[in-house]
Amino acid sequence: MSEERDLKGYWKKNLKYLGILLTIWFIVSYGFGILLAPTLNEIRFAGFKLGFWFAQQGSIYAFVILIFVYVYLMNKLDKEFGVSEEDV
Amino acid sequence: MDVQTWTYILVGITFTIYIGIAIWTRAGTTSEFYVAEGAVNPLVNGMATAADWMSAASFLSMAGLISFMGYDGAVYLMGWTGGYVLLALLLAPYLRKFGKFTVPDFIGDRYYSDVARTVAVICALIVSFTYVAGQMRGVGLVFSKFLEVDIFWGVIIGMTIVFFYAVLGGMKGITYTQVAQYCVLIFAFMVPAFFISLQLTGSPIPQIGFGSTVTDGSGMYLLDKLDALHTELGFSEYTSGTKSMQDVFFITVALMVGTAGLPHVIVRFFTVPKVKDARISVGYALVFIAILYTTAPAIAVFSRTNLIETVSEQPYEEMPAWFNTWEETALLNWVDKNEDGIINYKPGAAIVGAPNISRDGILEINRGANNQVLLLNEPTANENELYVDRDIMVLANPEIAGLPNWVAALVAAGGLAAALSTAAGLLLVISTSVSHDLIKKQFNPNISDKAELMYARIAAGVAVVVAGYFGINPPGFVAQVVAIAFGLAAASFFPAIILGIFYKKMNREGAVAGMIAGLLFTLAYIIFFKILFPELNTPENWWFGISPEGIGTLGMILNLLVSLAIGMIYPEPPQEVQDMVESIRYPK
Repeated sequence: MSEERDLKGYWKKNLKYLGILLTIWFIVSYGFGILLAPTLNEIRFAGFKLGFWFAQQGSIYAFVILIFVYVYLMNKLDKEFGVSEEDV
Repeated sequence: MDVQTWTYILVGITFTIYIGIAIWTRAGTTSEFYVAEGAVNPLVNGMATAADWMSAASFLSMAGLISFMGYDGAVYLMGWTGGYVLLALLLAPYLRKFGKFTVPDFIGDRYYSDVARTVAVICALIVSFTYVAGQMRGVGLVFSKFLEVDIFWGVIIGMTIVFFYAVLGGMKGITYTQVAQYCVLIFAFMVPAFFISLQLTGSPIPQIGFGSTVTDGSGMYLLDKLDALHTELGFSEYTSGTKSMQDVFFITVALMVGTAGLPHVIVRFFTVPKVKDARISVGYALVFIAILYTTAPAIAVFSRTNLIETVSEQPYEEMPAWFNTWEETALLNWVDKNEDGIINYKPGAAIVGAPNISRDGILEINRGANNQVLLLNEPTANENELYVDRDIMVLANPEIAGLPNWVAALVAAGGLAAALSTAAGLLLVISTSVSHDLIKKQFNPNISDKAELMYARIAAGVAVVVAGYFGINPPGFVAQVVAIAFGLAAASFFPAIILGIFYKKMNREGAVAGMIAGLLFTLAYIIFFKILFPELNTPENWWFGISPEGIGTLGMILNLLVSLAIGMIYPEPPQEVQDMVESIRYPK
């Protein structure tokens, strides 16, 4: 493959995805699980206080989802910009 | 059959499987030995990573720690899983594209400097050795508790097994044994959890169970009941915790970043064929890890409730048989301070120091008025009469819940699987650091593949022996030792790798200065509070209220600042290095 690829565009978009996903990562764990936990504990979710649930359960589920969303977005991005390892 | 017979059977079967796999997957080349030829299926690698990652501490100690920390246990739960997001988004795909064997390889090439490579090797060795000593200790503990083998011989047996498959199979052997070990450990962890959740809450799924109502007919939520029990006995509420918010924050960051910076975890992503595989493989790894990590807080709540309900305000004479078994191993002890024959469980330490059983001669245990095991320890002035070791919350869980003997034996086999799989991954990092990063890259670049492989095996062998020595004569407690490893990984590797990928102009002077500053600062703080002046280790003396467990975060920030400041003074890296950084950013 010799045509000029828009690598700068690819990298910029990658950084944008990272920014968004890491912000969510921060909010669910450090935000909901720690900084806002005392406030969220006022809200009940079945037998859980919500802040406690985020700290010991919810943040972990969110981490798993974030990685799979990242994988999906990046595989799409790779194809879009022709840097995927598949199209030879 | 009794627990011990079951344990011999289960441990025997699992060890035979591990050795069988080791023989089947012998490594013949350095590429097989270091990275399993880079041909591991991403799902298999995810499972192996989970076993590599979840150590004796995760399996045996974590749920117990959480059950005594309540909400504060979240530092481990979030800290040891959130790092995988960083790994997937910021490290794994790029390091896979870089495509060499080790973390020092990346640091050395990216910062075009053997000094940087050597600093990275030293960091990798310190981190891996502190961590592996903890694993060997875990192996010894399981052997001594379940098979009544001396800790010394327990460690020797563990060393022999690890030696066999790490030295023979290298990364290839380790990968496939870790898959088997993951299956053993997760099964062993989940079976008691299902049973206990069903007993206490009527829901077999622990993640749901600990948010449900209890089955005693009161209609109360389990967590409310536990909070009420805590308040009644004078403990702080289970769901609130006692650590300061900034300390929880800093410890969580240090553990997350440390996870992402641990060389034995990072190298696992060198073993998959493509960049794409590296990304998804981290996802699979976290799914496998999350199964245990979302169950652990539930087990913590179940066992805490069970413990309080069984012992608190109850006469000693009515204690079930397991109480006495654990008394004799000095993990659960009662000192009848007010001599009323009733167990008073209150906040605070019941005795000074760790329990030391009073004996008549060598074997005969001295017993008190209620036939309880007597201790030599000085009792404390508070009302608490019960000493509980954190580790028994997982070890004794099946017995406390009245589960069949094979379940207890399963826990022993699972604990061994967790400790051995992690030890093997660490030993591989140590051996690769020596044979590849030191011998091949620095002393003798012309060495043949065969000779390098031989050095790798010798290094792994020596490392097993050293680790075993530290396992028998541990430098502090298991959990503390592991905490040091995380702080150091956070303060040394993580910033250097991140800057190496995301900041093209970062040069060797900045990176080396940053790594050294971060490492020395973190090490100094931990040694000061944990080893030199443990009596000063209280929140009033900490900087900004940050405990030694969380100081790696500050070390990491220091590393970043020093790197950037020193980096500005010196010229930017050569063009070919900048081109290399450019190339690792794109899968193709």
